[in-house]
Amino acid sequence: MTRRERTVDVLVVGAGPAGLGAGAELAASGAGHVEILEREQVAGGIPRHCFHGGFGTGRAGGAVTGPGYARQCVAAAVGAGARLRTGITVTGWAGPRTVDTTGPTGLERITARAVVLATGARERPRSARLVPGTRPPGVYSTGELQQAVHLFRQRIGTRAVVIGNEAVSHAAVDTLRVAGVDVVALVTDQPPSLPTALAPLLVRARHRTPLLTHATVTGLTGRERLTGVGLRHHDGRTTTLPCDTVVFTGDWIPDHELARRGALTLDPGTRGPAYDASYRTSETGVFAVGNLLHAVESAGTAAAEGRAVAAPVLRRLATGGWPAERPALSVDAPLKWIAPNLFDPDGARPLQGRFILRTARRLPRPHLVVGQDGRVLHRQRLLLPAEPNRPFRLRADWLDRVDPHGGTVRITAV
Amino acid sequence: MTPTVTTAKDLVHSLPDGGAAAYDVTVIGAGVVGTALARELARYPIRTALVDGSDDIGNGTSKANTAILHTGFDAVPGSLEGRLVREGQRRLAAYAAATGIPVERVGALLVAWDEEQLAALPGLLAKAERNDYHAARIIDAEELRAREPHLGPGALGALEIPDESIICPWTTPLAYATQAVRAGVHLHLDCRVQQIDSGPDIHTLTTTRGPLRTRYLINAAGLYADELDRQLGHDAFTVTPRRGQLIVFDKLARALVDHILLPVPTAAGKGVLVSPTVFGNVLLGPTAEELDDKTATGSSAEGLALLREKGRRILPELIDEEVTAVYAGLRAATGHEDYRIRDYPDQRYIAVGGIRSTGLTASMAIAAYVTELLAATGLALGTPAELEPLTMPNLGEASPRPYRRADLIARDPAYGALVCHCEGVSAGEIRDALASTVPPRSKDGLRRRTRAGGGRCQGFYCGAAVRALIEEATP
Repeated sequence: MTRRERTVDVLVVGAGPAGLGAGAELAASGAGHVEILEREQVAGGIPRHCFHGGFGTGRAGGAVTGPGYARQCVAAAVGAGARLRTGITVTGWAGPRTVDTTGPTGLERITARAVVLATGARERPRSARLVPGTRPPGVYSTGELQQAVHLFRQRIGTRAVVIGNEAVSHAAVDTLRVAGVDVVALVTDQPPSLPTALAPLLVRARHRTPLLTHATVTGLTGRERLTGVGLRHHDGRTTTLPCDTVVFTGDWIPDHELARRGALTLDPGTRGPAYDASYRTSETGVFAVGNLLHAVESAGTAAAEGRAVAAPVLRRLATGGWPAERPALSVDAPLKWIAPNLFDPDGARPLQGRFILRTARRLPRPHLVVGQDGRVLHRQRLLLPAEPNRPFRLRADWLDRVDPHGGTVRITAV
Repeated sequence: MTPTVTTAKDLVHSLPDGGAAAYDVTVIGAGVVGTALARELARYPIRTALVDGSDDIGNGTSKANTAILHTGFDAVPGSLEGRLVREGQRRLAAYAAATGIPVERVGALLVAWDEEQLAALPGLLAKAERNDYHAARIIDAEELRAREPHLGPGALGALEIPDESIICPWTTPLAYATQAVRAGVHLHLDCRVQQIDSGPDIHTLTTTRGPLRTRYLINAAGLYADELDRQLGHDAFTVTPRRGQLIVFDKLARALVDHILLPVPTAAGKGVLVSPTVFGNVLLGPTAEELDDKTATGSSAEGLALLREKGRRILPELIDEEVTAVYAGLRAATGHEDYRIRDYPDQRYIAVGGIRSTGLTASMAIAAYVTELLAATGLALGTPAELEPLTMPNLGEASPRPYRRADLIARDPAYGALVCHCEGVSAGEIRDALASTVPPRSKDGLRRRTRAGGGRCQGFYCGAAVRALIEEATP
């Protein structure tokens, strides 16, 4: 085996908004040789194939499209002096901060003083959702659909059903429309989030597409091609929606393979690496940013985390310090996860001074209680309902009351 | 020699010669048995055709099984199946080593979960001895726990079969078909046999692609073997499809299990197995459901729930891992505890029926056995020749895949350009498969040849790019 052995100061794995943000800020801050590895041929991550606006501004109607935003991120990183290498895949670890790579130029073994993982997230495919039935062509995730339509101009089909009712689901509807596909319905197993009479009207107004709530997908039919999606409704009725295309949207999961292969401790809620407000994982010198940590937040949030990791990385390069044991932050059902999910003993605060959370079911006006070893550290009533698959936030100003040597900090919705 | 592989999508899509010139032998069904037969016949100076109704070889029962290379330790002693499985295992193990078909000798453990199953182990050990398999032994709960630390609580002991192996179920028939076609066998796909008219010297097959004439006929039609058999006037067996649903778990689950974990068969029925695959995944299944519909290869909510329930008992941590694929295969059960291979010399016809889940293991021995029968019916086969050696692309994780090979990438950078990230499939491998002797005609066909699109993301990242490569290659 011939591997070219190299060393860099900071190695960033993944050139989506988070990795590019990290690379830009690190290179600009004098972190030395900053190298970003991207396994795709083109850098930019998921925004590359999101042809809708709203990137970079946080507003859905904003003018910057995904591909435009991806180009901005790339330009910022390269302009700051980071070395961006596309078509290079990290295939595993050869040491605590040493990775093996493959690419058309051959095999390498790269050792870094700090590693930043920014490998992102993907949608759970049909198989992982255990949707029964046949396995015909015509079954998509949003990621595959957007690439097929926008990057490859492939023919999709004529009638589609979209599974999911979150931002990405509506992006899928828009992409299907561009491809000339008639969208039969959006389907979600969640109850109506607005008064029942109102919700379908609103969705219809935006997309002219009915929203079927409280409906479970019971199976796919068709052999040479998808012929229908079977549903079970809340009242027990079953129906089949005839269609030749179905898009399974959302249900994001961190792309955590490299993290797990490196034996990083995962947070049981997010399934991404456990990390503190300085983006430090359980492994010394290994940081993580973006949607690998919390699947998923906006590209803007991922990029902001990327930029924010620069300071702790620089501190690490300067001092070599790394916290040993840190109390974990853990949620009780129906809450699904909190991020960051390790206490930061150096006093760093999460981005914008707030934690991000998710819930498994709708909480109309949640009252969040933070406790540790039987002590209540914080109580907070949220003004807006917490909805599944949507972020809501918890203030972080109680962090100085945490006992750094104490047990797990628990967050409960009462 | 120019390889002859024809499909309905070809420019001239009727069969070569319009069926005027007769083949010496035609094998119906290009599954693992049919392709093995075609390969065996390719050694002889005769004209052989291999026909299949689907657009790919190995596209029926052969593509959806548990991918185990059996020792035959639990066969019915004295049965034809038992003999052919034992002989086939030796032949296929040697062939796999020579051609690069991925095989891993991981060994099997028949795990006993209750006293009844524990009490059944000595009987199974004795049966293995009667089947001339002498390496089996019974291990106690403590050793079992040490060998498989992730097993669920309550395992009482196991029968160890150290030679049970896992094998690539797709590379095997593809290697057979490739060698057969390269040696002159005509492979006709999309070619469903609708009717058989048998004259004194020639069978005329009416197919979806026109007539095909042949002197000798071999029925290796798997699930449809009984229907063909009846067309020839026999009522020897009935194929009842037995559906087996399987769940494939992500590669990150591979560390949870080191052996094929087999159920102990008891009067209460057969359980499910947990097995590593040569691709580095973990397989859970199969269910066993008697059906009437020979096309019912869908999975069901009940089947998947049952598998997860049983899997949770065997390997609790497995159920928390991501699922990469769910599939269902139909086994050609005939209600008899043996293969149904029978020659009809007067009709110049051999039925190869009832080849159950052991068919993958036994395939080469079945081929040799049927070829002997064929010679005995009076067909002058001539002198066998050695086939051109073949090296198949490596899809297995036990030896380095192309993306880990500096030598290959230095020679051709396309082997370092990954397209499918989850499975580590390079542009070079996809290009090779699309230009191969028996090329894929669909995404599924390409996946079986390269693994592209078969990983945890199921095409989220690479699906559109892979489709673009196929569409480029097959205008």
